[in-house]
Amino acid sequence: MAGHGQYQPKNPILKWFERRLPVLSFMHGSFVSYPVPRNLNYWWTFGGILTFMLVVQIVTGIVLVMHYTPTSAGAFDSVEHIMRDVNFGWLLRYIHANGGSMFFLAVYIHIFRGIYYGSYKEPREVLWILGVIIFVLMMATAFMGYVLPWGQMSFWAATVITNLFTAIPGIGRGITQWLWGGYAVDEPTLQRFFALHYLLPFMIVGVVVLHIWALHHVGQGNPTGIDVKSDRDTVPFTPYATVKDNFALICFMILFAWFVFYIPNYMGHPDNYIPANPLQTPPHIVPEWYFLPYYAILRAIPNKLLGVVALFSSIAVLAFLPWLDTSKVRSARFRPLYKQFFWVLVVVGIGLGYLGSKPAEGAYVIVARILTAYYFLHFLVILPALGYLETPRPLPASISEPVLPQKRAAVAMSTRAPLPMNERTTSSDSGGAPGAVRCSARLTAAARSRLESMSVPSRSKTTRRARLSRGRLAH
Amino acid sequence: MATTKTAEQPTRRDFLYIATSMVGAVGAAAVAWPLINQMNPDASVLALSSTEVDLAPIVEGQILTVKWRGKPVFISHRTKKEIEEARAVKLSDLPDPQTDEARVKKDKEQWLVVIGICTHLGCVPLGHEGDYDGWFCPCHGSQYDTSGRIRKGPAPANLEIPPYEFASDTAIRIG
Repeated sequence: MAGHGQYQPKNPILKWFERRLPVLSFMHGSFVSYPVPRNLNYWWTFGGILTFMLVVQIVTGIVLVMHYTPTSAGAFDSVEHIMRDVNFGWLLRYIHANGGSMFFLAVYIHIFRGIYYGSYKEPREVLWILGVIIFVLMMATAFMGYVLPWGQMSFWAATVITNLFTAIPGIGRGITQWLWGGYAVDEPTLQRFFALHYLLPFMIVGVVVLHIWALHHVGQGNPTGIDVKSDRDTVPFTPYATVKDNFALICFMILFAWFVFYIPNYMGHPDNYIPANPLQTPPHIVPEWYFLPYYAILRAIPNKLLGVVALFSSIAVLAFLPWLDTSKVRSARFRPLYKQFFWVLVVVGIGLGYLGSKPAEGAYVIVARILTAYYFLHFLVILPALGYLETPRPLPASISEPVLPQKRAAVAMSTRAPLPMNERTTSSDSGGAPGAVRCSARLTAAARSRLESMSVPSRSKTTRRARLSRGRLAH
Repeated sequence: MATTKTAEQPTRRDFLYIATSMVGAVGAAAVAWPLINQMNPDASVLALSSTEVDLAPIVEGQILTVKWRGKPVFISHRTKKEIEEARAVKLSDLPDPQTDEARVKKDKEQWLVVIGICTHLGCVPLGHEGDYDGWFCPCHGSQYDTSGRIRKGPAPANLEIPPYEFASDTAIRIG
């Protein structure tokens, strides 16, 4: 990730350990001295919130498994047993059930943050695609988890979603029966969903590690969407980002706790407190709120196969965003037209969610069709065209320029115009520059000389980042 | 050794690489197959279960739901009016054209036996509902007529007919 910082443990035991496995300096370089853009706003705190939610779901999930029975005869009763008999079982289950909703709330904000600020653009395409993979894994995990209580909604959600595969011509039915392990959703289905619901979160952990690795390799984006040009543009991860992330996390936990303790069943559906009955479909079935927009897209299209194709395409299209967006400017701040289309997309997404919760009849279907068409139009037509049609607003010279007006004035007073990075380091302290600037320039030079004495292969990118973190830490 | 002659292509070493990786690939596939196939319906599920149903208690106009292979089967005792409705429809009006005669047993046209699973996404449709006096699926609004044929909505096909035969005049065996 950020490479090994210059961190050296003082404790002799840790020193001994560090020489054999440099994990301490690795953690230090990744989560303490790691330089983050100084202008990150609260929309950048959702990565940390999501990491927290993943841990919450895994921890509560593991303890729930200690009391759950994955059989069609025992599943529903064991969930009621957790709710009534197990010590704090109600709390653990409500945290896990509402945690799923909170996880999706945070991930949707995280995704729309990325869409607004162009976080998917060069060089962050792989980082973005890894995120889309995590999102798909999350949806699979949430769906299978929802089946486990084996209530009416669980059973019919499993039936409807697995039946999506029957739309595949020729082999659809075979695939569906393979997924079921029978001719309908039944005990074998429940047991394999349970096994996979336990497995997938750990696969998510794996992809999250890659996601963070890619993030630390290319560096974080920021609200201006322009690259970090010097160490004046960054602050160390700790304490700045850590404190901000934690404050946002606590605010998020207040919302989470409000759901868990006051309205734990608000996101659920009363029909799921009726045991599964394969002979009767509830009169009005809807998925969990976080799937509603996709459900609306599925129902908007009158053809079965095309409906399923549209459903999967609506998610898959996200992976192609880096190439569908033709604009060189990342942040919507400097894209007056894109900014408006972004908010239209948000409204369309919420509108589709609303329509997904309504019965598929009359005007609802017509509006759902219009919004579905717009959704694809946004990604496949508007976004590619905007890059050519739109005139972006002028970009600031650097990240620190708009957020540090006094410093800029001070720099101007010292008769030093902001120079490109390499020139500034060579012309280091020409005297008279105010503390912050001079100090960092001097340390950068020192760090560089230290670097040269090391045998690290000095690819320009690694050297620059190492230099940044070094200078910052000593600072 | 022969390995010093690098110019000659393909070498014996190339052959060994290819042969080894082919054997490895076949081995990997052989290991993968049991892992994949274990998910298919097992022997106990495959054991063809058949269900015998006594039709005597089903009065005219009533639909009985029985369970066969974990799925609901509708047995509809159709009224004269329902049969006439099903037979009056032109085949060209049907998304999945099939005559009513082809969907029932000869001389037993009052009995319609269909698998009660919507051909769209597998919900159980509700009887005596919808615009065609047949079934209405609450999930996505598909409508079936009194012969269980799709008339309107996203479902692509008619309700499926399970294999069945009349064991006597008043009893059928499904499966």
